[in-house]
Amino acid sequence: MPEKTLVSDITDDVIVPGVKKKDPIVVAHAVSRRFGGLTAVDVAHLEIPRGSITALIGPNGAGKTTFFNLLTGFDKPNTGNWTFKGKSLAGVPAFKVSRMGMVRTFQLTKALSGMTVLENMRLGATKQGGENIFVSLFKPLWKAKEDEITERAMQLLAKFKLDTKKDDYASSLSGGQKKLLEMARALMSSPELVMLDEPMAGVNPALTQSLLGHIVNLKDEGMTVLFVEHDMHMVNTIADWVVVMAEGKVVAEGPPSTVMSDPAVIDAYLGAHHATDLGTIEGQLEVAEDMESDLVRSEVEHDAEAAGIAVPSHEPSPSTDAASTPVDGEEKK
Amino acid sequence: MNGNFIWLAIGQIFDPTVAAYALATIGLVIHFGFTGLLNFGQAGFMAVGGYCFAITSVIYDWPLWGSFLAAIAGATVFALILGIPTLRLRADYLSIVTIAAAEIIRLSVKTPEFSEVTGGSEGINGAAKAFNAINPLPEGRFGIMGTPLVYNQDQWWIRIVGWGLVALACLLVFLLMRSPWGRVIMGIREDEDAVRSLGKNVFSYKIQALILGGVLGGLAGVVFILPRSLQPDNYGTQLTFFLYTIMLLGGAATVFGPVVGSIIFWVTLSLTDGLLSLGIEAGVLPLTTTQTGPIRFIIVGVALMLLVIFRPQGIFGKKKDLHFA
Repeated sequence: MPEKTLVSDITDDVIVPGVKKKDPIVVAHAVSRRFGGLTAVDVAHLEIPRGSITALIGPNGAGKTTFFNLLTGFDKPNTGNWTFKGKSLAGVPAFKVSRMGMVRTFQLTKALSGMTVLENMRLGATKQGGENIFVSLFKPLWKAKEDEITERAMQLLAKFKLDTKKDDYASSLSGGQKKLLEMARALMSSPELVMLDEPMAGVNPALTQSLLGHIVNLKDEGMTVLFVEHDMHMVNTIADWVVVMAEGKVVAEGPPSTVMSDPAVIDAYLGAHHATDLGTIEGQLEVAEDMESDLVRSEVEHDAEAAGIAVPSHEPSPSTDAASTPVDGEEKK
Repeated sequence: MNGNFIWLAIGQIFDPTVAAYALATIGLVIHFGFTGLLNFGQAGFMAVGGYCFAITSVIYDWPLWGSFLAAIAGATVFALILGIPTLRLRADYLSIVTIAAAEIIRLSVKTPEFSEVTGGSEGINGAAKAFNAINPLPEGRFGIMGTPLVYNQDQWWIRIVGWGLVALACLLVFLLMRSPWGRVIMGIREDEDAVRSLGKNVFSYKIQALILGGVLGGLAGVVFILPRSLQPDNYGTQLTFFLYTIMLLGGAATVFGPVVGSIIFWVTLSLTDGLLSLGIEAGVLPLTTTQTGPIRFIIVGVALMLLVIFRPQGIFGKKKDLHFA
């Protein structure tokens, strides 16, 4: 379990949506975005604490990605202002936001498939003078910087275990590897705030663990992370702070333990067994006990006994129920 | 039997018109192949370059360098006018705007109101005067005697300058595309939002690419009119599609593709013309000589279809650089 930032280091105030942070890196105020009659985002006040990992969760259509787009300049809000490191970002185009140290990734991975992995990485670097059309014609002018960039790219690729694929086209990578590449590429510019839009979507469980490790490492290296995610296990494991959005508004925020037990959040989004880790047999058992289905329960109990885990005793219910009860989608991921 | 047509076909390899097409296609390769800008108005850039050169040199008597600068400036302004309103939009809008803009240029220069300057539908004659005046070659005819490959000093001069420009353009594209600038450009082709998220001013790069390719198109327009008179109807949309054909032949994201594509395109046209004429003379083909013109283009069209189906990346292209498969 990674070291979490203490709540007392994040804020001293009473925790309500929009609470002031001791050291916010991003402050958004009265940001709203309407698409025709639909108000996609209507955030009254939100502060993102510096140097910690903040998760942005919420049901589909809650406006999380739209809010991301607004913060990073990929979309323009109808009202509101927001600052990054105390500088106003209203009306600042996306590329300048990125140069200021706030780099994002996308929900649908945007690996540049017609370029090699290494070229993808190099593109993420900043301050390469050779990106000027006149300078670019004379290789000696940008060669030194290019070597420096390549070295950094290789270091990052090694960290993300992609170094053996440096000459492969990005299109040949798997979905999960593309996620890793996109994250590594975002880090090329040494950003202060990394914004990850569903970093776990489509990543296989084996890779999930290493991806979690990478994200925690970002924090250890002094970066702030803001991510959108549906995977509650991930949110619980690594987030220091959770912001819950629903219908465009921030409905709750706080440390994961508090937020996950907030009845409003549970109703809106999480469901009764949100905090249960379905990756473990104990977790599955806990869920199975509450289920109507005997079939699922006996299966899980069987697994549990095989693994030597104590099974709570219970009254057997008529087995005819098992066939007629639809199996809740929660028992398997 | 007359084998002269083979010599004529060989002559295409250093024909200045072929050089002009190659140069314009290099511009198109920067737009479409490397940056992903769907420019369907390259003929418009050629027209702007050609007219700026011809008007300044014939009507206003500018020195040669002034006329060349005018062609470059004209193409730059045209690129800015097209690009600033459209490059922030999706790629397809640029194609609509460029195809319309090229037609606007062609139809505008033909209107009688401008004919004092543009020569109306007659066009402009004698744009090569200043250019030929600085020809350092001695007077006379040179070449392989006894074949059609004999040209006078002015014909050699335009061949040298035209292909020299092509070589320079190839060098330029090569230098640019191996550089970090080229990396950004190719990144934009793949996904401009991704490039934007990495802190690159995508709009600025697209404008630069549009100007660069447009200026090459403008210079191609100059090379195109030097051996002949300036005719507004040469700059129809058909010209743009010939350039696309050449680009696809050679490979859309390559340095030498446009050169080879242009040569193949013109040599094929020339050879098929000769072969068809031979067939007609011998009574083998049930055609008339006036039908050979269109038939040549049908053959080129079929060849292009086969190419796109069986080797969509073109002759030089890498399969990975392909974005329509």
